[in-house]
Amino acid sequence: MKIGIPKEVHAGEKRVATTPEAAAQLIKLGFSVSVESGAGAAADLSDQAYQDAGVNIVTDTATLWQQSDIVLKVRAPELHPALGVDECDLLREGGCLISFIWPAQNAGLMDKLAVKNATVLAMDSVPRMSRAQKLDALSSMANIAGYRAIVEAAQHFGRFFTGQITAAGKIPPAKVLVIGAGVAGLAAIGAAKSMGAIVRSFDTRPEVKEQIESMDAEFLMLDFKEEGSGTGGYAKTMSPEFIAAEMALFAQQAKEVDIIVTTALIPGKPAPKLITAEMVQSMKPGSVIVDLAAEQGGNCELTEKDQVVVKHNVTLIGYTNLPSRLANQSSQLYATNLRHLLTELCPAKDGVINVNFDDEVLRGATVIKEGKITWPPPPPTLSAAPAAKPAAPVLTTAPKKSAVASALKQLLPPVIGVAALFALGTVAPASFMAHFTVFVLACFVGYQVIWNVSPSLHTPLMSVTNAISGIIVIGALVQVSATDTLVVGLAGISILIASVNIVGGFLVTRRMLEMFRK
Amino acid sequence: MPQSLVTMAYIVATILFILSLSGLSNQETARRGNYYGMLGMAIAIIATTLSGAVANTAYPILIVAILLGGSVGAVLAQKVAMTQMPELVAIMHSLVGMAAVLIGFANFMDSASSLSGVEKTIHEIEIYIGILIGAVTFSGSVIAYCKLSEKISGKPLLLPGRHIFNLMLLLAAIGLGWLFLHQCESGEGCLPQFMLNHGGALPLLIMTVIALTFGVHMVMAIGGADMPVVVSMLNSYSGWAAAATGFMLSNDLLIVTGALVGSSGAILSYIMCRAMNRHFLSVIAGGFGTGGGGTAAEVVGEVQPINADETAQLLLAAKNIMIIPGYGMAVAQAQHTVYELTKLLREKGKKVGFGIHPVAGRMPGHMNVLLAEAKVPYDIVYEMDEINDDWGHVDVSIVIGANDIVNPSALDDPNSPIAGMPVLECWKGETTIVMKRSMASGYAGVGNPLFVMDNTRMLFGDANAMLQEVLKVLKA
Repeated sequence: MKIGIPKEVHAGEKRVATTPEAAAQLIKLGFSVSVESGAGAAADLSDQAYQDAGVNIVTDTATLWQQSDIVLKVRAPELHPALGVDECDLLREGGCLISFIWPAQNAGLMDKLAVKNATVLAMDSVPRMSRAQKLDALSSMANIAGYRAIVEAAQHFGRFFTGQITAAGKIPPAKVLVIGAGVAGLAAIGAAKSMGAIVRSFDTRPEVKEQIESMDAEFLMLDFKEEGSGTGGYAKTMSPEFIAAEMALFAQQAKEVDIIVTTALIPGKPAPKLITAEMVQSMKPGSVIVDLAAEQGGNCELTEKDQVVVKHNVTLIGYTNLPSRLANQSSQLYATNLRHLLTELCPAKDGVINVNFDDEVLRGATVIKEGKITWPPPPPTLSAAPAAKPAAPVLTTAPKKSAVASALKQLLPPVIGVAALFALGTVAPASFMAHFTVFVLACFVGYQVIWNVSPSLHTPLMSVTNAISGIIVIGALVQVSATDTLVVGLAGISILIASVNIVGGFLVTRRMLEMFRK
Repeated sequence: MPQSLVTMAYIVATILFILSLSGLSNQETARRGNYYGMLGMAIAIIATTLSGAVANTAYPILIVAILLGGSVGAVLAQKVAMTQMPELVAIMHSLVGMAAVLIGFANFMDSASSLSGVEKTIHEIEIYIGILIGAVTFSGSVIAYCKLSEKISGKPLLLPGRHIFNLMLLLAAIGLGWLFLHQCESGEGCLPQFMLNHGGALPLLIMTVIALTFGVHMVMAIGGADMPVVVSMLNSYSGWAAAATGFMLSNDLLIVTGALVGSSGAILSYIMCRAMNRHFLSVIAGGFGTGGGGTAAEVVGEVQPINADETAQLLLAAKNIMIIPGYGMAVAQAQHTVYELTKLLREKGKKVGFGIHPVAGRMPGHMNVLLAEAKVPYDIVYEMDEINDDWGHVDVSIVIGANDIVNPSALDDPNSPIAGMPVLECWKGETTIVMKRSMASGYAGVGNPLFVMDNTRMLFGDANAMLQEVLKVLKA
């Protein structure tokens, strides 16, 4: 089947839905790939690079859409500013579209696509489960957004991130508060941390505490019992009491910190308002707020979408195209996500896709199948958070044996041993006892010596003891002069095989030990 | 040579053997230790030959046998691949066992001994026990050899009622021993047709067959993962067989050396058992997980595959890399590729280490020898106890063909057959890459939750081929 990748038309969108590397992988899956001329230009990917990977370059937008069975895009279809037609109308009848769709917010778009009898897979609807991680574009984009949020903040923050003590005085480190420790939040924490800032973070889901602390940031505890984990690894709306406590915490933090990054989102709902105008006012002059939820209305009351504004001496950054500001790498990650999705769609690697509804991942991602709207999917069964474990089974402790019995058990082996030795002593002749003394002492010497052997030399130890146990040859030697020919024969064979042991054992040990070099 | 001089030579040989073993306490002195061992053996053989116990007429046989055996041994030692060390060690144990049996029979037939009364009885018991241990060692080692070289399946053979069978064999051996002593006195049980003209020959032969059967049955019932214990146990037996021969011949050198080897093997078995958290008796009784109550938790989840390219990227991004080799590395002969990878990564400024589990591979210290063969410097090869607390600092760990030794259910699932076994806790590091042929479970037949953990990536394929690919990407 033919895959087409048009140039993104959304204002400021620099990403592209495939890279030359990803395209080469798609071709391996049996697809033929066409890219609109200049589609990757904003992401530093030249047409030549695509051509080198075996991709056709198509100059005319309409032709590209028409000839493609599958269209890969970043943004949801919208009005094409140059052609003056909606991209939905460019999609061919019964074609397949894979891009971000946001079906909850874009009911009109869904209808338009359904009319075209299209099959649409929404990258934003990929269920969040371990198997689908490799095609989770929301995560890969959020990761970039989180990183970029700190870079943008640094740009507008007129001070150091890291603390320094110089001859000219002390510079305190910046304090950063990250609200919402999802993928974006954690990426922001990591970026801020690596620039030397003091980072604090808050999240309603208690299970992320460990993740925050693993990034060496401080988890702000709220003295309030309420679990904030919804299904599918997202947060849910909290009770009014909880929100009040949370707001008090933010109000207090706002006075202390220099930079706030907010990433709080609840799926299908406008972003919760967490930072009020008063809080902004209470912040130190020159502080920065980066609102990653600007697209869904913003976590801060004063945020303006796609704008950087200064209010109450605080810079408010409301960019919604942060991944686009790292266009090359975000394209690369997004293209890989798409490539993985197509691999799932085309298990036979024959270039034909099969939207298999038995596959939970594909079922979740598919929002329209052959003109029928299939969104929302049945709720996912797996949660990203570990399911609450049933209480650990109470181990029934074995009834304690009486102290006497256990003492007896401990004492029994030595007692038997001593008794056996005495019994032997009463009957054994002196000559035997002399040998026996030697034997017991040798066992103890062996015990002491062997415990000191380095574990890495256990194999040489075995081969050298093997060689040494060839000492049994002595036994054969003293018998080889016997009169009985059979005895001589047995002794001769014994000498032969013991010699194999001696020579083989020592030589192989030597060979091994020669290898142990620093 | 006067007897006292011979005794003196034996004392020197004994001291040299002890020095030889104690030299193995570290790599610097190990080579010297090996030479001590050779010297001790040479002194012992020469002293015995010159002691007057060997008639001049026997010299031709002696020289031919030693030269022939020696050259076979030398060829074996040169030819054996390091991955086949367990097999070589096992087959060499069998030789000691066989020699003990032959010497025992020779001694039994040799009428020269002129003992009487209690001394005679003790001597007969010594012959009996010497042959018993030798025969068990012999047949057990042969089976171990076959299992290790995959001539027969490594799966435990669990006969119904095997414990009762073993018990009956033991009782039969004791009963025959009594009969043997009785017939030695009375002169019954001669077997002239086998040139065994001494009383008690029949029970001795039957016992030998029983002991051989016991050795076969014992090792057959032990699973592949328990092989390190078996190999070290047979090592121990070969020592005891030598010691028993020493008692039989009233030779202190044999007794001392046998005891040294015997206790060495016993300690190794103990170390191996402790590393698997298994009781020695339960290993010997055979089978895996036969006694555990409850069923182990099923492993659910999806594995996340990775390709060589991505693996190389992960390695390039990491600072601290830990490699965990297992038997799979030996099978794929990947140790040289592993070393090349290590060298390259170290040149790129990465800290690379190796984590060795005590029971990785098929014999104690197997992995160390393989890595040494590939010229991996031994100061970056760590024992489990040295590194198990430091996984938090490890960015990427690569598990090459290992399974049970990195199984987290050993720690957190009390119903797992390997519960309580100490394991390399690689999942506490940033990322773990597991190299495996396929999703089959390990020798213990236990599922491994490590494979489905969030920070685990699976690199499927032949370890050597995949590492070559990773190497290619890293070099590009």
